Amino acid sequence: MNTHIAAIEVAGIAKAYGDNAVLRGIDLTVPVGTVYALLGPNGAGKTTMVRILSTLTDADAGEARVAGFDVRRESEGVRRSIGVTGQFSAIDELLTGRENLRLMADLAHLLRAEAAARATELLERFGLTDAADRRAATYSGGMKRRLDLAMTLVSRPRLIVLDEPTAGLDPRSRRDLWQIVRELLADGVTIFLTTQYLEEADQLAHTVGLLDGGRLVAEGTPAELKAQAGGETLDDVFLALTGHAATPEIDDELEEIR
Amino acid sequence: MTTLTYATRDSATMLGRNLKHMRRYPSLTLMLIGQPVLLLLLFVYVFGGTMGAGLPGGDGRADYLDYISPAIVIMTVASVALSTAIYIAKDATEGIIDRFRTMPIAKASVLTGHVLAALVQTAFALVAVVAIALLLGYRPGAGVAGWLGAVGVLLLLGIALTWFCLALGLAAGSVETASNTPMFLVLLPFLSSGFVPTDSMPAGLAWIAEHQPFTPIIDTLRACLEGTSPGADAWWAIGWCVLITIASYAWARRLFTKVRAG
Repeated sequence: MNTHIAAIEVAGIAKAYGDNAVLRGIDLTVPVGTVYALLGPNGAGKTTMVRILSTLTDADAGEARVAGFDVRRESEGVRRSIGVTGQFSAIDELLTGRENLRLMADLAHLLRAEAAARATELLERFGLTDAADRRAATYSGGMKRRLDLAMTLVSRPRLIVLDEPTAGLDPRSRRDLWQIVRELLADGVTIFLTTQYLEEADQLAHTVGLLDGGRLVAEGTPAELKAQAGGETLDDVFLALTGHAATPEIDDELEEIR
Repeated sequence: MTTLTYATRDSATMLGRNLKHMRRYPSLTLMLIGQPVLLLLLFVYVFGGTMGAGLPGGDGRADYLDYISPAIVIMTVASVALSTAIYIAKDATEGIIDRFRTMPIAKASVLTGHVLAALVQTAFALVAVVAIALLLGYRPGAGVAGWLGAVGVLLLLGIALTWFCLALGLAAGSVETASNTPMFLVLLPFLSSGFVPTDSMPAGLAWIAEHQPFTPIIDTLRACLEGTSPGADAWWAIGWCVLITIASYAWARRLFTKVRAG
């Protein structure tokens, strides 16, 4: 990846499924070596954005360049540059943790010895050494998520896309995953993630984009957004800018207070 | 390495993965082989005495065994192909196909890996089923050419049905649906020349039986195994297999780019 170009550049991306406009013109830029968090409630269009950036879905309109490659015309270049961890743990549950990593290494065309070393290294880094030779089906939710991310890292991508990486995880597993993201960042990796958790965006991101109803309603550093909306937390920001809370549960709570 | 070597290497990697699945999910493999074997035993020992006597020039159980063995062999191929629908639907719903599609790998390797694995499994299943038929007293009169012809027909059919089941599995959207929709492939041989001669059926049914793909395929296999010439049936069998393969391949490739985990 060229360092003088943005890791991700998106201009006017729109996508509709039938009459349902999921994205209505998104513009955003992610500089190399930073974390961008796309924050929004369920149905805001976060996953569609991830699928467009990772070449899984074509946009109806607009341009997106990832690692300098056009997602539609140069999708092979994009695929060579990125690592993607989707919303569902994309692991092979009939294989062991080690075999899952070896599968990724083989598909990345690593040499045999290199592949074995890489698998062992990642198992250790993600605290999966003891479970390495057990089938992934026996792993806990947090372990599956860690294996999923480890598989994404086998080919040492410089740009990583994470779709709701901590959804459904307990607080401890969530903090473990945050730590991993920070380590990747320290290595100079660029990270684009989506989340419904304001705290997560606050903790990790250099830039937060608030996605609501298919539009980017606000963008800035967590501090800028808080100042802009005059709130203490990103929760306040979200409520001030969208008129509703980021997560339905909070909406319900507000309903009860009223 | 060239594109072709990468494509070969990626397909080999996927084949390895799928063969591991089969080893770790032996109950499915056993069911796939057990189903045709059970049908063979049922038809030979329960119905065989009466059915064999009804065959033109037939004399009883042994003749019926000779008559239905090719159909049972064909059902074995269909039965293994069916499992491919389940495996690919599992891949699609678990999100691993999404992962593969974001990686710089040969596009077709995920699907070809499944086809190759199914063919390996079919070979094992066929050896088991034919061995049991031979144990029961099946004595095919084929020479070397006949056996080669039989292997050729079974290979073509295996390729055709596996691609078809891959498309059905990808279209299914869930593992449950994927295990049901291809079931008709195992039932269709009953509506063919596989178990009774088509001219013994009522006119309408006989017409369907004579014109559905399994009839020329079973007749070709039967002729090959008996060591006689299949004649025009062979061309119909090859034609159907090639047609099903091409159509299913195009359909499966199309569906593959639309997979969504969930």
